[in-house]
Amino acid sequence: MFDLTGKNALITGASGGIGGEIAKTLHAAGATVGLSGTRVEPLEALAAELGERAHVLPCNLSDGEAVDALPKQAADAMGSVDILVNNAGITRDQIFMRMKDDEWDDVINVNLTSTMRLCRGVMRGMMKARWGRIVNVSSIVGATGNPGQANYAASKAGMVGMSKSIAYEVASRGITVNCVAPGFIATAMTDKLTDEQKDKINVQIPAGRMGTPEEIAAATLYLASEQAGYVTGATLHVNGGMAML
Amino acid sequence: MSDVADRVRKIVVEHLGVEEDKVVDGASFIDDLGADSLDTVELVMAFEEEFGIEIPDDAAETIQSFGDATKFITAAS
Repeated sequence: MFDLTGKNALITGASGGIGGEIAKTLHAAGATVGLSGTRVEPLEALAAELGERAHVLPCNLSDGEAVDALPKQAADAMGSVDILVNNAGITRDQIFMRMKDDEWDDVINVNLTSTMRLCRGVMRGMMKARWGRIVNVSSIVGATGNPGQANYAASKAGMVGMSKSIAYEVASRGITVNCVAPGFIATAMTDKLTDEQKDKINVQIPAGRMGTPEEIAAATLYLASEQAGYVTGATLHVNGGMAML
Repeated sequence: MSDVADRVRKIVVEHLGVEEDKVVDGASFIDDLGADSLDTVELVMAFEEEFGIEIPDDAAETIQSFGDATKFITAAS
């Protein structure tokens, strides 16, 4: 149903479980993909798996200058950036009373500030093209909060407010800006949990299971599609009913 | 100068959909020609492309009218 043939998509955090799946899904829908991330090896491996229409664009998102340069590198490699997926994110969990400035700053810089820089960097091309899709991967935690994650929750809630503001400004130019907010998703990160820990989590999820990266990718594909042109400033919660927002 | 003015006027007319005779030196893009703030950003982008120049953000903010635009572009190109 969703055809992205001829569209060029830049995806950050493409070396991770969710980002990699988003890249595969957009690619399967016909898009050319720019795979960005810090670790080059998994990006190269993913690009090799995808074959044609895949470009590796390494970038350290904690380096502001490198982030500012990424949209141009992506446009040089692919011809344009029609779709931007800000998926990369880090955590530095710490009980709030003990949270250090650098734990706060690192998370805000990588998750929120780099998202802002990339949105700003692709805007000119999208304005000229009178078409653009930005999908920012937020989190259920941005809406509900989570103990130990004041920094992460702030960054993810910040993405939502920022996305809505940008969405207002550019809606008349055919550009949409939305968020996808995953709940608990089974990735390499959650594989490390014990069965007991997983059971405790699953009890809180009406669907009774963790989500899959494919389910996040499907939501992203929808928001990136032509068909979602009237959806902007929205947050699509994909969390098995864990928080019904 | 007249060449610059003609080319700038053409861009403004096309972009804002206004009558050519409204685009005079003192005409403010926002107050007189119905532009919104995003239109002014797009006009600057169009000027950059047409004249092959870079207009930095702080300079772009001073370009409020047709006269401002022709003056800046004449000096820059």
